Amino acid sequence: MVDFGFGLVPSSRINLDLFDKEKYEELAAMEPDVRVCMACGSCTAVCTAGRLVQTSLREAIEDLKNARPEKALEMLGACQLCGKCSMVCPRGINTRHLILSITKVYSAG
Amino acid sequence: MTPLNLILAAQAADPEVIDRIPSGYSHFVIPFTIGMTFMLCWIGVGCVRLLAAIPRADRLKFWKSLFIPKTVVRNLKDLFGDCLLHVKIWQRKPLLGYMHSAIAFGWFMLIVLGHIEVALFVPARLNVARGGLFYPIFYRYFVWMNPGHTTLRGSFFFFLMDFFLLYVLTGIAMAVFKRFRSIVLGMRHTTKPSLADRVALYSLWLIFPLRLLAESFTADLSGGSFLTVGVNHFWHFLFGDKLWFTPCWWAYSICLGLFFAAMPFSRYMHILTEVLWILLRNAGIKPSHPRKGVAEAEIYACSSCGLCLDACPMNVQKKNLKYSSVYFIRFLRRHNEKKINAIADKCLMCDKCHALCPVCVDAPALRRAQRATGNNALPYNYSYLETGVSGADVPSKGSERGGVLYFAGCMTHLTPRIIKAVDKVFKAAGIEYSFADRDGGVCCGRPLMLAGRLEAAAKVIEANKKMIEESGCETLVLSCPICYKVFKEEYGLRGIKVIHYTQFINDLIASGKLKVEKTGERIVYHDPCELGRGCGVYIEPRAALGQAGNLVKARKEYDESVCCGGSLGSLTLDTRDRAKIAESSLDNLLANDPDTIVTACPLCLKTFSEAVSNSGRPPGGVAVKDFAEVIAG
Repeated sequence: MVDFGFGLVPSSRINLDLFDKEKYEELAAMEPDVRVCMACGSCTAVCTAGRLVQTSLREAIEDLKNARPEKALEMLGACQLCGKCSMVCPRGINTRHLILSITKVYSAG
Repeated sequence: MTPLNLILAAQAADPEVIDRIPSGYSHFVIPFTIGMTFMLCWIGVGCVRLLAAIPRADRLKFWKSLFIPKTVVRNLKDLFGDCLLHVKIWQRKPLLGYMHSAIAFGWFMLIVLGHIEVALFVPARLNVARGGLFYPIFYRYFVWMNPGHTTLRGSFFFFLMDFFLLYVLTGIAMAVFKRFRSIVLGMRHTTKPSLADRVALYSLWLIFPLRLLAESFTADLSGGSFLTVGVNHFWHFLFGDKLWFTPCWWAYSICLGLFFAAMPFSRYMHILTEVLWILLRNAGIKPSHPRKGVAEAEIYACSSCGLCLDACPMNVQKKNLKYSSVYFIRFLRRHNEKKINAIADKCLMCDKCHALCPVCVDAPALRRAQRATGNNALPYNYSYLETGVSGADVPSKGSERGGVLYFAGCMTHLTPRIIKAVDKVFKAAGIEYSFADRDGGVCCGRPLMLAGRLEAAAKVIEANKKMIEESGCETLVLSCPICYKVFKEEYGLRGIKVIHYTQFINDLIASGKLKVEKTGERIVYHDPCELGRGCGVYIEPRAALGQAGNLVKARKEYDESVCCGGSLGSLTLDTRDRAKIAESSLDNLLANDPDTIVTACPLCLKTFSEAVSNSGRPPGGVAVKDFAEVIAG
C-alpha cells in the first residue's frame, strides 16, 4: 500500500517490536496486580473522571501491553485516584497503586 | 589539715551536714561526667540544628508561642501531664501508666530533691566549676551527717529521697517483668529493641538497684531513711563491718555514664526531646517534610513504647507488625529510604496510632509527607476540569444564599442505597435540597492527598469549590466521611456550613423536625476512621441511633474503634490482608451480639457487608445498614 504520509484516522497498528519488556517487568515488580487484569472494564464503567473525559484503566493496561505507553500515560493523567475502580474490580486489583506505579515507571525517562 | 581534722572542726561548729571530701571530687564520677557531657553536647547541637531547619515564619511563631499566656499554660500542663505523670497512659492502661510514671516522675523527683538538698546544706557545690554537674547526683558519697545534729528538715529529705527511690524501683521491677510477660501489663506486642536501646535499657535497669546499693553502703556516714538505713543494717548483718562502698559508687557511675552515652542513639532520647516536641506541637507548627525540622523533633520524641503496635489494625497478622508507626519512625531516624517508603505506603491512615500515642506523634502525617516526596511530582492532566463541572441539579442562585446542598461523593454512588435513604429522611423532615452530584461529580481530593499528590488534589478541590460556591447554598451536607474531612479542613468555604449527615440528621431529630420510631433492634455503631478520629464526630450518630433502636457497645469504640480495612489510605495493602482486618473489626463489633451493624461511611458499609457474607454467618443473622437507612426506618 502506498504511504501518503497522512491518514484520516490515527494508525491503530500495534507494533510489538517496540514493547519495552524491562519497564513492564519493573512495573510488575512494583505492582504484580498488572498481570491479574482480565480486561472486564468494570473500572471504566464506574470511573469518576471517565464521565468527564475519555479515560480507562482497562485500556491503559492494554496499551502498555501493546507497546503504547504514552497513550496509557495520557489516559491515566486524568485519574483522580478516587478508588471506585478498586471497589468494583472482580480480580481484587489494587488499582490505585497500579495507576501510581504505571505513572512512576513510564513517566521516568 | 587532714579530712578527719576538718570533720572534727566542722562538727564542733554544729552544722547538720559536713562536706566530707574537701575537693568535692572522686575518680568514680568520671564515667558519669563523660556520658552526661556527651549527651548534653549532642542535644545542644541537635536543638540548634533542628530549629535552624524550621522555616523562618514557623520559627518566629515558635518563639512567640513561648510568651502567649494561653500556650504557656498548655505547655506546662502537657509537660507535667505527658512527660512526667503520663496521664494518657494511665487512662488507657493503669499498670503501664504506673510503671512509666514511677520511672519518669520518680527519677525526676530524685534529681530535683537531690539538688534541693545540695542547695540547702552545701550550696557552694551547685557551682559547675566546683562539681555542680555531678555533685548533686552523688551527694550521699560526698557528705557526712553530723550525729546528733539531724534536724526534722534533714530527716524529711531523707524520707523523700528513700520514698522516691523505692517508687522508681517498683517501676523498674515492673519494666523488667514487662520484658518477659508484657501482656500482664496490657501490651500484646512490644517493640523489638535495637542495639543502642538494649545498652541503654540494661543500664537503666541497673542504675537504681546500684543506687540503692551504693547509698545503703554509705548510709553509715551520710545517713538515710527507712530504705537505705534498713538495707544498711542488712549489709552489716551479712558482712559485719566490711562494707565495700567504693565499687558500688563506681558501678553506679558507670551505668549512668553508659546510659547517657547510649541515650542519643536509643529510644531514651525521648526523655528530653519530648519537651521540644510538645512546645513545637503546642505552637501549632506542622511538619512539611518527613524528616527535617519539626518532623525531626517528632521522630526523636517517639519513645518506641510500642503502644501503636497493638493499636494498628494491620497487626491482626503478625507479618504486618513491621509496618507499624514505631518502626516507621525508627527507619526515618536511620534514613533507611527503602524501608521508609514500603512502610509509608502500607498504612491505612486510620489514625489510631496518632490518637493513642502518649506524646501525640502524628505518624500518619509523616507517612503522607513521605508519600508526597515520591508522588507529588508525578504528571497529571486535569484540563477537563477547567471547562466547568456540570453538577446535576445545582441551581445557580448568584449572590443570594440559602438552602441545603447534598454532596454524595464517589463512594456513595457505589452504594446508592445510602442516597435513597438520605432522600427519604430529608423528605420526611421536609427539607428541600439540591443534589450536587446526582449524575456523579468530581472527587473531593482527599484520596489524592492521602496518596501524597497535593498539587493534583488542589486542582480537584478548586473545581469542587467553584461548583459549591456558585450554587449559593448555605449548608453543605456530606454522607461520606472522607469527603467531610477534606471539605471541612481544606476547602475554606466561607459562609457555608459543612456538616456530616449524621450531625445534620441528629439536629433534625433534636429540633423535632424529624420523628423517629424506636424499635427494639439491637444496634452497634461503627466509628468510621475519618469521621471519628479524623473529625471528632462520635456523639451525634450515637444520639440519633439511640432514638431509633437500642445501642449496644462494641469491644473497642470511639477513638479506639478498629478500621474496617476498606480504607483508601493504604496504597499497597492487598485484598487478602484487608479481608483479615475486616474480619477482626467485625469480630470487635459483634462482641455484644447485636442485630444490626450501623456505620456512616460508604466504604465501611461495603466492607462489612462483604465481611458478613464471607464469614459464613447464616443469612439474616446480622444486618449491615447505613446510618440513614436506620433513621429512615
